[in-house]
Amino acid sequence: MMKVVVGAGSCGIAAGAQKVYDALEALNTENTAFELRITGCNGMCFLEPIVDIYDESGDLTRLVKVTAADAEKIVVAVQNQDLSALDNLKISNEDAEFLSKQTRIALRHCGVIDPESIEDYENTDGYKAIRKVLSEMTPEQVIEEIKISGLAGRGGAGFPTWFKWNAARSSDGEEKYLICNADEGDPGAFMDRAVIEGDPHSLIEGMLIGAYAIGAKEMIVYVRAEYPLAIKRLENAIHQAEEKGYLGENILGSGFSCKMRIKAGAGAFVCGEETALIESLEGSRGMPRLKPPFPAQAGYWHKPSNINNVETFANVAWILLNGGEKFAAMGTEGSKGTKVFALTGKVRRGGLVEIPMGKTLRDVIFDIGGGIRGGKQFKAVQMGGPSGGCIPEALLDTVIDYKALGATGAIMGSGGMVVMDEDTCMVGMAKFFLDFTAKESCGKCVHCRLGTKRMLEVLTRIADGEGRDGDIELLEELCYSIKDGALCGLGQTAPNPVLTTIRYFRNEFEAHITDKKCPAGECTALISYEINAEKCVGCTKCARNCPVHAISGAVKQVHSIDPEICIKCGKCAENCNFGAVEVH
Amino acid sequence: MECSCKNVHSDLSLLDTVLDTYANVDGSLITILQKAQEIYGYLPQDVIRHISEKTGVKPAKIMGVATFYTQFRLKPVGKYLIMLCKGTACHVNGSDLIEKTITETLGIHDGETTEDGLFTLKNVACLGCCSLSPVMMINEETYGSLTPDKAKKILAELTAQAKEGANV
Repeated sequence: MMKVVVGAGSCGIAAGAQKVYDALEALNTENTAFELRITGCNGMCFLEPIVDIYDESGDLTRLVKVTAADAEKIVVAVQNQDLSALDNLKISNEDAEFLSKQTRIALRHCGVIDPESIEDYENTDGYKAIRKVLSEMTPEQVIEEIKISGLAGRGGAGFPTWFKWNAARSSDGEEKYLICNADEGDPGAFMDRAVIEGDPHSLIEGMLIGAYAIGAKEMIVYVRAEYPLAIKRLENAIHQAEEKGYLGENILGSGFSCKMRIKAGAGAFVCGEETALIESLEGSRGMPRLKPPFPAQAGYWHKPSNINNVETFANVAWILLNGGEKFAAMGTEGSKGTKVFALTGKVRRGGLVEIPMGKTLRDVIFDIGGGIRGGKQFKAVQMGGPSGGCIPEALLDTVIDYKALGATGAIMGSGGMVVMDEDTCMVGMAKFFLDFTAKESCGKCVHCRLGTKRMLEVLTRIADGEGRDGDIELLEELCYSIKDGALCGLGQTAPNPVLTTIRYFRNEFEAHITDKKCPAGECTALISYEINAEKCVGCTKCARNCPVHAISGAVKQVHSIDPEICIKCGKCAENCNFGAVEVH
Repeated sequence: MECSCKNVHSDLSLLDTVLDTYANVDGSLITILQKAQEIYGYLPQDVIRHISEKTGVKPAKIMGVATFYTQFRLKPVGKYLIMLCKGTACHVNGSDLIEKTITETLGIHDGETTEDGLFTLKNVACLGCCSLSPVMMINEETYGSLTPDKAKKILAELTAQAKEGANV
């Protein structure tokens, strides 16, 4: 029987995958024509909804941008065992390269297996690693294997995983906790959501191996409340794993016992910081603690605790099954294995990209992502979210490596990669991030609480055309004081977006301050709309759509905008069919 | 400002099972508040006092937690809660324009509710659907690749739906 698989991650569902699934299900009345299944996000978000058809020999035909209206055609084609009628839905060779150029470890099952079926996971080497670990290896051997692999924390800082595990293992105390940070707060990053939604059992297995290594009897996953589907699928997976004896007492007869639970976050970016996350787990305001003591010594309820993020755990079972050396064979001297990036923004093909470390930014954005949408010019790529920075075109050949990226002023971060084109104002970008960090600052330390506010004020006045001489220097001074003085990672890295934009796009800051101009045409205070008399045909559409009646002109006569009344909403430009409204 | 807590009379018994399960479990305050908000739609004053009495956690600490996290609301929300994503990818792809459209169409700003109690607008950090940006989520349904026109159409459909529901 043929198998029809609908990609049903959050983004697929938002694009209409559920409607496609429902339509297919309704047509598959006798459940005889084909087997209908779901799978997680395969990362090709730009082509959602995606339907994969596997024939009896397992060969795959991938259909993209499917709608519910296509369902009938698909069912008929599958019944006739002749898919030629679906040619116009088939993925193009060019788009297919988005996946074929990747190397997938953390995402190995995403978009392949049914995330709601433990059997699917078991049939693809699932839970084999934990069997091997529990029957053949000591905790020390597990930590050694992770050390050989060179796996480093994928959440942002890139700290060696084996070191954290070893520190938690060596801490005194019977009661220890293993915590997964799934509070994926970086705006622009969604790989952790994809892993939990698409392959929840690999997270459970990776965590079990970690728990065995450090000697924890309880595992907690701290998930963002904004990810309801991820929570639902993980709950289901935990339940299945308990029933099959992978969680609970005396796991697989080994004598090792460990339970697992989910804690839903309540929306605070700072809870991505590990001590703030622990405070939140304990039911308090998520404000960071002073370090030391580190969580490995005194974490959750002041017991030794180890925290890793989702992507880190998603690599663990693979490493134990295939050997640390195989993982370490990929990447650069200082950064091993693969990394998942969430490629978004003004890029042609956006989605999840997993590639070996050591590739360049250009490989990801242009080779895999297909470059900039709509024939525009690449301007910068933002990496690492509010803790990272903007990397300009001149540095596109930077290799993906913790150190090399750090040298640009950005960071590897959790893997958010937001691409910007010529229409994105870099002052606006810096302001956007400071607005974010100023709101998300927990308020515990003065440098972050007040410093980010002062920086936001300066950036706002620059964007409003009220920048003063010396503002750039003032910003830089504030940046360095906050970096030095802030208590936790949020504050220490909050200046990065400003420092990198000043470093690489200083001329844009100067244009705003000195010439009172926004080169990208984005800062409303610094732009004006004018009608090009040669292009205007006098159709009156702009005048009819102007919310403040700032446009005058008779039918078939050239129209004009009164700058005194105009609120620069851009409605006229949006509505003009002749490109006659120009932004200056 | 006048205290309004006397005017609120929530059915506190709805919270019994939640408190039976969690009141004596250390570190459960956030979970209790989440469950309470699921029941009441927001965190009414009398519910906060009730939780305090049952758990022994001081009202000031509960308020501290409730105001720290963006998820918690101290005022009732509309029938449709619009969570507008203001993440980086959505920002780059024009979420400000969508916000302006919603504000113009419904007459509400971030955090406000329409007079008819139908819509509440809330800006959120990132919904994680970046490839469909700009994105908004209304009562757990995600709407992607928004344009001002598409957003208007969605709001109009929901308004019509609500009116139909009211007439049945």
